[in-house]
Amino acid sequence: MANTDMADKDVLIDIFTRADLIMQSDIKFRQMIGAGQLQIVYYPVRGQEVVSSAMMAAVNKEDYLVTIYRGLHDQLAKGIPSKDLWAEFAGKMAGTCKGKGGPMHITHPETGVMVTTGIVGSGIPIANGLGLASQLDKDGKVTVCCFGDGATNIGAFHEGLNMAQVWKLPVIFLCQNNLYSEHTPMAFATSSDSIKQRGEGLGMRSVQVNGNDASAMYAAAKEAVEYARAGHGPTLIEAMTFRFHGHLLGDTSHYIPKEEMEQAKKDDPMPILRQQLLDLQISEADIAAIEAKNAAIIEEAAQFALDAPYPPGDEYRIDVLDVEIAA
Amino acid sequence: MTETAEKPKEIMFAQACNMAMAKAMADDPKVILMGEDIADEQGGGVFKVTLGLSEKFGTDRVRSTPISEQAIVGAAVGSAMVGYKPVAEIMLMNFITVAMDQIVNHAAKLRFMSGGQTSVPLTIRTTTGAGTGLGGQHSDMLEAWLAHVPGLKVVAASNPADAYGLLYSSIMDPNPVIFIENTPGYFVKGPAPAPDHTVPLGKASIPREGTDITLIGYGSSISRCHGAADNLAKDGISCEIVDLRTIAPFDEETVLKSVAKTKAAVVVHEAVKNFGVGAEISSRIHEELFSELKAPVGRVGSGYAPVPFSPAIEKAWMFNQDDIEREVHKILG
Repeated sequence: MANTDMADKDVLIDIFTRADLIMQSDIKFRQMIGAGQLQIVYYPVRGQEVVSSAMMAAVNKEDYLVTIYRGLHDQLAKGIPSKDLWAEFAGKMAGTCKGKGGPMHITHPETGVMVTTGIVGSGIPIANGLGLASQLDKDGKVTVCCFGDGATNIGAFHEGLNMAQVWKLPVIFLCQNNLYSEHTPMAFATSSDSIKQRGEGLGMRSVQVNGNDASAMYAAAKEAVEYARAGHGPTLIEAMTFRFHGHLLGDTSHYIPKEEMEQAKKDDPMPILRQQLLDLQISEADIAAIEAKNAAIIEEAAQFALDAPYPPGDEYRIDVLDVEIAA
Repeated sequence: MTETAEKPKEIMFAQACNMAMAKAMADDPKVILMGEDIADEQGGGVFKVTLGLSEKFGTDRVRSTPISEQAIVGAAVGSAMVGYKPVAEIMLMNFITVAMDQIVNHAAKLRFMSGGQTSVPLTIRTTTGAGTGLGGQHSDMLEAWLAHVPGLKVVAASNPADAYGLLYSSIMDPNPVIFIENTPGYFVKGPAPAPDHTVPLGKASIPREGTDITLIGYGSSISRCHGAADNLAKDGISCEIVDLRTIAPFDEETVLKSVAKTKAAVVVHEAVKNFGVGAEISSRIHEELFSELKAPVGRVGSGYAPVPFSPAIEKAWMFNQDDIEREVHKILG
């Protein structure tokens, strides 16, 4: 992994602001689900905050994002307003998708979030289509396509990356390698030593980076974005990270060796990034202000989601086709 | 394909599809084509349906792809979401199985799951059909699978003029459309359509009027229905033929109106009979017209087995005109 210089102060503050919102949102979701206030299947993102925040800090609002069911960090980092997102998680009419998508299917074109898919690896071919449109339109947009290490064992990954490389599409394939596909460790089910190798095998520019290091992740992201915008084609970024709360909420992570989990928690990217800000002479008070502001956003969004009305039942007849279907 | 000043009076089905795509591409710069070997450098498609289009519109808009059905349909889904009207060619319908995740979980559902914020106005052209010894993996009719998925439209034309009008409408439709072509039928000729000829989706046609029984079909079954109707006429039986043209959503109004008149019906398709489109249509007729029917609605389809290779077995397996005539005689007693 390449050594990189520390990112600019403003960039790190930006990344921290996004990452803290994600971390606090994740904590709040887990609390509310635990307390029975929300009945949803939830895929925790604690531990992967910095990967998304640094990636999204390197793109614009107009750039596209395709992500997966473990996507809260990507969606918040890309800028979906918390109220809309929380309301969708709660299945309410005021949600991003009128309650018809739910946590696994968040869409918010206003912030470039085009698809969140519940099918492992399937966002990759779609990201190519978005990239193809940008290439044909010459609009300078890039598409960020997020998936996990497990997705690199499904056919869509290989078909999709091959096509993206053959067509030199402006797509950044961000593999957030948290070392576990559901309950299965990478070494058990993945034949290559790294995901980067797989990208290289497909002839694609591929890099591996410590995704939990904000500066390194941001540098890798920025480079891939510039490469794509310049028309050189896609990049596969293998961002090394970890998830602290299992595949889905309720999973005890019993399959993760104790020592591995302990080490990962010592390497928790959030306190490290916070300390980096302090080291850059950003005051404790300034950081606390960011955290307090995020906390207030989340409180408001959570309450809004609880209070908002459900969609009417016959909403199911709308949006199946362009015209309403018969009852 | 070159345009001549004097238009032929008859054209082949494949030519009609080519003309529809050419018109759509000329009318709308957002129409793009993707598929295996479809550009002229690769031969203009295995069945030459896209011949000449890359020469005319360029390889940016007429793109040969890797043999990657998921990636082809995925690229169509993504580009459709942001303003394009992609036409993806999945060479043979059996290969659609490779892309089912993209079709069923994404193309069909993204409009709904996004609460209408996005839509997927793509067309998937695919060909299939038995009778030419292609065996079990190159000839299946899988339209019932697709018709069962909310959010998709499924279309099958029975003649060149309809193919022209329906394919154009499919490309311009704001919903994902599966357009099913028929491999042996590519070379069947029919009257050439006028350049501005269109056929709306969701509207059946009545190519033959009759009074005793309604034969309901689509695509490759319509020519057999005509043959059967000719023979049955000799026995004094007057058949009305309803060509669905759009399988999903099908034109219930036209079907029910016809059967309300004839009070008898047979649904005919090349796909295997069991769990087929005929079951749905027959069921809808029974739900609406049960007490008026002379006899239960009949169904004709192919055998509940994979498409066999050997011509001797394939012939026995495949639905044919005799089956239709036999079914009509059974119903009318």
